[in-house]
This record gives sequence, structure tokens and C-alpha cells, in this order.
Amino acid sequence: MRYVRARVTLLVDSEIERRVARIELPWSQVGVDPYGVEKTAVARMMTALKLLYRHYFRVKVSGVEHVPARGRAMLIGNHSGGVAIDAGMVMASCFFELEPPRLAQGMAEKFIENVPFASTWAARCGQFTGLPEHAVRLLNDGRLLMVFPEGARGTAKLFTQRDSLVDFGTGFMRLALQTGTPIIPFGVVGAGEALPTVYNSYSLGKAFGVPYVPFTPWLLPVPVPVQMGVHFGEPMVFEGTGREDDEVVRGHVDRVKERIAALIAWGHTQQ
Amino acid sequence: MKVLIPGISTPIARMFAARLAARGDQVVGIDRRGWPDAPANVEVHAVDVRKRAAEDVFRKSRPDVVVHMATVSHFAEATEERYRINLGGTQTVFEHCATYGVGHVVFVGRHTFYGAGPESPLYHVEDEPPLALASFPELADLVAADLHASNALWRAPQMTTTVLRFCYSLGSTGHGTLAGFVRGRRVPTVMGFDPLFQFLHEEDFVSALELAVDKRPRGVFNVAGPPPVPLSIVIRETGRTRVPLPEPVLAAMLGRFGLPRIARGAIEHLKFPVIVDASAFRAATGFAHRIDELTAMHAFRAAFPLGD
Repeated sequence: MRYVRARVTLLVDSEIERRVARIELPWSQVGVDPYGVEKTAVARMMTALKLLYRHYFRVKVSGVEHVPARGRAMLIGNHSGGVAIDAGMVMASCFFELEPPRLAQGMAEKFIENVPFASTWAARCGQFTGLPEHAVRLLNDGRLLMVFPEGARGTAKLFTQRDSLVDFGTGFMRLALQTGTPIIPFGVVGAGEALPTVYNSYSLGKAFGVPYVPFTPWLLPVPVPVQMGVHFGEPMVFEGTGREDDEVVRGHVDRVKERIAALIAWGHTQQ
Repeated sequence: MKVLIPGISTPIARMFAARLAARGDQVVGIDRRGWPDAPANVEVHAVDVRKRAAEDVFRKSRPDVVVHMATVSHFAEATEERYRINLGGTQTVFEHCATYGVGHVVFVGRHTFYGAGPESPLYHVEDEPPLALASFPELADLVAADLHASNALWRAPQMTTTVLRFCYSLGSTGHGTLAGFVRGRRVPTVMGFDPLFQFLHEEDFVSALELAVDKRPRGVFNVAGPPPVPLSIVIRETGRTRVPLPEPVLAAMLGRFGLPRIARGAIEHLKFPVIVDASAFRAATGFAHRIDELTAMHAFRAAFPLGD
């Protein structure tokens, strides 16, 4: 413990350092969990997110009591706002509002693995490539998984489409059925207003090794300080093995999608 | 029990031989490098495992168990000779085992079998194929040797075959791929990447081998101990200096300016982790590591200080 404390730098808020120590993960002597999540990196990330979460976006959270204090669960929600600010705010809400704090572990886009610095940052903060093997292993270890079934198509929504939902993949539902994991739906509001995308350049994205580059009315993908909301719904439990026919799984996915749409609509009434 | 160890001259094989001899097993070794100061109760034959003289050792000693450790990494030998040693040697050892009625053969392989790549799962299990050979062709001979050994499970069902895919070792002998990589004062890394490394202290490595011999698990098993550690922490805790370089610069500087010599393909292993799930081996043998990752790194640091 003394060893890990010595490594935490001035970049870390002391309150956050104490909260990170209370995350129930099997930290090793060098402050790393078996997946490579590093205490120091999480503390640094949460210190940065705290500014955005508490002061810049003044995030309003509801229903966080639906997220279990421990044990496996999947947070399933909507994307918008060009650069996945919403994922950061969901992670911050689980870290700052839950007792004990929990680390929501996202399933990142595969391209991130090849991007220097981003790949290391993502791994140290518990955000892994969206491979089924990773998801199953994390869930079997009782982790809190965060999945955006719209993927990059979700963050690529233009301002006028910000509260719509594009097609959901079905992989998350098969994983939930296979591992017997409850789904906690959530709706994020405000991300599309914070970073209103008016155009996505896919050719520029290809040049940078990312899916696309979003442009705002002020060109750069820099968010403005609008209030955001993260609203969690009651857990949804589905029975099955994960080997069901597509129509059956699609039916379950549609129910989750409807619940998320309702949470987004409700969230707007609370802003 | 009589145990024959091809490749007995490596530091870890010597530790293993000494451990077996100390508990009363009969130990016979084959290694062309010899072992001049071997313990009195360890019989060493300074012959090449691929030559006829080695076959004589099999025929005369009639071992109960063969633990095949006569493989080399890409650091040690050039490509053609490495193929002859790793694949040709493994083929010969398994042929002799079948011919001379060896009951149990243990192949000591490496976890790098699975390869490193951006789309690989973090934890590898035994039934996965080697996926990243294209980016690291220097591993092909070891992968081929591993697959040849694994084939013995159905090719020679009369023998019990145990294929072990060990993670790196680290400790006071300074032997092994990871130890060789962090041996110098400055350790190069690929800027922007910090992969996890999984290693086992040499004493635990030997304990795992001992359990494999005693429990005779049949099949292919990953072997690992403490949880993995980011390369940056390995470098720091072994007292070395990290030198992050952009990938093209690193590729050009390898083997120069005091930096270690590694194959081009190994750069992928400095970007992406190769981590194994060793739960099957633990379940089959009851193996549990005794020495944690910090102690292993500090043991290496103490054995190879840089005068800091």
C-alpha cells in the first residue's frame, strides 16, 4: 500500500486517491490488477473526469442505485456527441456516486489498440478491445461492463440525430444470456449538444487511423459546457443460453432499446 | 524415478536437475555444451541430442520420464541452426521416447506460441491457434516444435505427453528472453505502448516442472504465476532506464547504442501483451507460485546491479 501511495503523483486529487483505493479490484503489490488496470492511471483519469463531470458538464444523475454494488452487470446505453464524452460521464457517475465506487469497463473500438498512447491509456484505465473473450472473462470475474451497442455509428450521429438510436448490435445480449448477467439500461442526454457534429470526415479519419473525424460549427471537436444527464433504469434480466435464434435475441435487444429511448426522453424532462 | 533432461545445461534446467537429484531421483542429462561441475549424482552426456550418441543415452538409460528443454530462442541462434535444434531436436526426442518406451514426456515450450497482436485477446487459453506468426516469423520454429510435441498426444497415445507453455522466467540467473531484454542499463520501448509482461520466478518455474513430472497431466497447459506487470514497471523495478522510441527509430536502433538485439518481429511483443490463462495447469497439478512479481524483479536487480 505504501508502495502504491508513493507512485501517486501530484496530478491526483487526494479524495480520488482514497476512492480508487476503495474500488474492489484485486490490486497487486505494484497497484495493477490482473487485466493491467493501474490504480495510478485510474486516479489520474478520474481527477481529469471530475472537472468535466462536476463543473464543466454539471452532470445530473438518476437511478444510480440500480447499478449493483458488486458482481457482474452490463451497463447498456446510447452514444452521441462525436468523441464518446458520454462514456467518460458514465464512468464518472459509477465512480463518484456509488458506494463503494465501481470502475465501469468499456469495450473499446478495435482501432484504439493501434494508436500509441491511447491504447496504453485505455488498457491502464480498464477499457479493453471489444472482443467477446474479454467481455466473458470480465463478467465471469464479477466486473461492471459498459457497452454502447451502437458503436462508432452512435458517436457519429449528427446534431439533428443526437437523441435517436441507430441499429443495436446483438452481441451484448448474447453475452448477457451466456453469462447470466443483468443489464442496466441507461440514457445519456446532452452529449450531442455539448459536441454538436455537423459533418463527419471519413476520409480524414482513415488518414488518422480512426473511423471518422467530427466537425462542429467551430470546426474543432471541442465540447461546450452544457449540462449533461446520465439516467440509469431498473435492471433487465433475460433467461437463455446465448445460442438462441436471431429473432429471439433481436426481440430482447429491442426491449432494451425501447427502455433506453424512454430514459433519454425522461432525461430531457429533467434537464 | 529416472528422469532424462535433453538441454540440461541451461541455468533453469540445472536448477531442475539439482532439485530432482536432491530428492533422490536419478537424473541423466544430454547437452552438447556439457556441465563440467554437475552434481555427482547427475549423469551428463556432452552430445548433440540429434546425433546417434544421444540415442545411445536413451537406449542405455531407459528413462521413465523425459523433460525436453533443448530448445533455443531467436536470441541465441541464427535461423537455420535454430530450426535444426528446435524442430529437428524435438522430432528426434519424441522418436526416441516412442522407440525406447518412455512413459511420460514433458515438452517445455513458451507462451509466445500465441503471438502478440492488436486483435488478440488479453488472456490466451490452450486451444487457441498461433495467430501472429506473420508478424514474427522468427518464432515459427518454436511454434512448429510445440505443435509437433502436441501431436504426440494422438500420434503416440501409449506415452503420456505434457506440453507446457511457460511464461517468461525472471530471477537471479539472468537467463531467459525477458531477463536478456532487460539486462542492459537502457531498455528500449515503443513510444506510446506499455504491454503487460507475465513472468515467473525461476524457483517457481522449477517447481512447476517438478509438479508436471510428479502429477503427469496429459495435454497442453499454459504455465504462469503472479499477475502480469506493465513493461514500464518491470524496467523500473529492475533498476533499468526506459528509453521510449518511435517504432521506426527503435527498429533502426536495435542492437546498436547499447540497446539489446532482438528480431524485428519482436517489436510487436513490445506493443501488445502475450498473457496466458494458466488455470488448467493449476487445476491439474495444484501449482501455486510462491514468489511474487516484485520479489522476482528485485531478485534480478540484486543479481545484476548497475551500480546505482
